Amino acid sequence: MIWKLAWRNIFRNKRRTYITAASIALAVLTAASMRAIQKGAWDNMVDNVVKYYTGYAQIHANGYWEDKTIDLSFAYDEQVSSLATSIASIDQVVPRIESFALAAYGNKSNGTLVVGVDPIEEDNFTNLSDKVTQGAYLDPKDDGALVAEGLAEILNVGLGDTLTLLSQGYHGATAAGNYPIKGLVKFASPQLNRQMIYLSLDGASDFYDSQGLITSAAINLNSPDQLELTTSLLKAQLDPKTYEIKDYREMMPELMQAKELDIVSGYITLAILYLIIAFGIFGTILMMVKERTYEFGILLSIGMNRAKLGMTVWLETIFIGLLGACIGILISMPIVAWFSINPIRMTGEAATAYEKFGVEPIFPAAFDISIFLSQAFLVLIMTSILALYPIMTLQKLDPVQAMRA
Amino acid sequence: MSVIEAINIHKVYNPDSDVPVHALRGIDLKIDEGEFTAIVGPSGSGKTTLLNIIGGLDRPSEGKIIIDNQDISTFKDNELIDFRQKNIGFVFQSYNLIPVLTARENIEFVMLLQKRTEQEREARVMELVTAVGLEDKIHKRPNQLSGGQQQRVAVARALASKPKFILADEPTANLDSASTTQLLDIMHQLNREEKITFIFSTHDQRVIDRAERVITIDDGKVVNDEIQN
Ligand SMILES: Nc1ncnc2c1ncn2[C@@H]1O[C@H](COP(=O)(O)OP(=O)(O)OP(=O)(O)O)[C@@H](O)[C@H]1O
Ligand SMILES: [Mg+2]
Repeated sequence: MIWKLAWRNIFRNKRRTYITAASIALAVLTAASMRAIQKGAWDNMVDNVVKYYTGYAQIHANGYWEDKTIDLSFAYDEQVSSLATSIASIDQVVPRIESFALAAYGNKSNGTLVVGVDPIEEDNFTNLSDKVTQGAYLDPKDDGALVAEGLAEILNVGLGDTLTLLSQGYHGATAAGNYPIKGLVKFASPQLNRQMIYLSLDGASDFYDSQGLITSAAINLNSPDQLELTTSLLKAQLDPKTYEIKDYREMMPELMQAKELDIVSGYITLAILYLIIAFGIFGTILMMVKERTYEFGILLSIGMNRAKLGMTVWLETIFIGLLGACIGILISMPIVAWFSINPIRMTGEAATAYEKFGVEPIFPAAFDISIFLSQAFLVLIMTSILALYPIMTLQKLDPVQAMRA
Repeated sequence: MSVIEAINIHKVYNPDSDVPVHALRGIDLKIDEGEFTAIVGPSGSGKTTLLNIIGGLDRPSEGKIIIDNQDISTFKDNELIDFRQKNIGFVFQSYNLIPVLTARENIEFVMLLQKRTEQEREARVMELVTAVGLEDKIHKRPNQLSGGQQQRVAVARALASKPKFILADEPTANLDSASTTQLLDIMHQLNREEKITFIFSTHDQRVIDRAERVITIDDGKVVNDEIQN
């Protein structure tokens, strides 16, 4: 009977019900699309950034990230190289040996980052060969070097010139060698463009005297959402005394800070939106209570108790909230789906700025069911809290006064 | 045996304000089972206040209401609601049906609160709609009924839970004279045949004429109490 009363009352003032439900639906729609686009844009950004170099995660010898010394390197053995097959969420494992070296040519010298890579894996992952502007890309056993354009300019070298590299090798060995410049590569990031030198893994192993060891294995994933799962699997499979697993959030804290800042400002916008909607719903509830005070008086006087009456009114409001939330989800799903397939594309200066850093200037929406559900849930919670107001009014309502009105 | 006994009832509205209203000033009354009693008096004399206090909708400032040997003025709020649901039927001046329920559902309502079975409810509803002559209107909502019809539904609703007595505050005030007569006929018949005690307030001389006992109050005091016919 409580249900019947509540149900009928919803349709008693149809227009009010529709308007309230529509504003709730609108809130869910706005909130869900905002969150979806924000999440999508960040996923896209992170994807671009991690594929630029770092990877979603890296495997190091335990303690490497703290010290970044070549002494903490590890063997690229079967266990590590076959991870892409043994863990389904891993798309690729990209081995590298990295250290700093002094590069000299003629009377010029400069500090550089010398990275030994597997040319094929590296290209699959970061599309390094696309960045070659002059000369050729590395072969697997190459003994030449790829040099970043900016660095070449500083050292005043060109294709075919031979660079001298000097560094400290594995366990204190002196690292020195001459490397003909096989190609020049251009990086959008000025920092990388000033310091990168690529060798083949073999070339680097000779240089650093590192006997085929590597300092990092970058991990690429099939889907960004599988990061947590993958790192926990990696941590389970690889002995933590020997290895450490760092994900991109640990390796690039600035990126995470920027993301969090953006998300917080998004939440503030959402909070304002919800506040406005809450006032709207509250207005409806106030009107409803005022309009029905007399009727509440009758119900109390013929012996309906306050708890039951309160329950009826609460149910009514929740029904409306639920209706609005469902409509909201139903209309936002196709809209968000559309924008996830057809991303919003930036134009103008912003687009150029993004492109300069190798990031595609698009804002795809993330189609993530949990976004819809959580927004709808939030609206429902809000509505049910607001719906406590009539219950409180009812607790104090005096039937005689109510019926005098 | 008296069903209701009012002992030295006083009611002061807004006692702490600058202008307290002394609505009842010491009412003593006994009402027996099966009475058909009118409470009359000028506007503002305290009729509504008295009926509300007798029915446990409001509390006296002083004095006691004894119903079936229980002093209801000592009941807690929730006990009072429960007590009203079981023992008292109310009919108000302005019908007071629940707008979203049909005539039948309005009548059934209190029985549903009391968790009566389907058959019990069905039987009682049929009995009551026949008594008030609305067999063909049971599926209508209040706004599809005339004032007189609504008031008959209200009487049927008040009777649904077989209360000890019915309190009606100016039940005919909004009715035309044909509907007034019809309603009074029904009330009278229920009073005689089902031995239901009716206490109603009124201004209307035609209604007063139909009452068996007339209690006149003025300025919160009983000034006259006589048996008619
Ligand atoms: N809730 C209230 N607050 C303050 N004063 C009230 C309240 N209810 C009634 N009164 C006052 O108490 C007095 C008695 O009122 P009551 O409604 O009982 O009279 P009545 O005989 O029913 O009048 P009427 O014939 O107009 O219905 C009046 O002076 C009225 O103004
Ligand atoms: Mg009155």
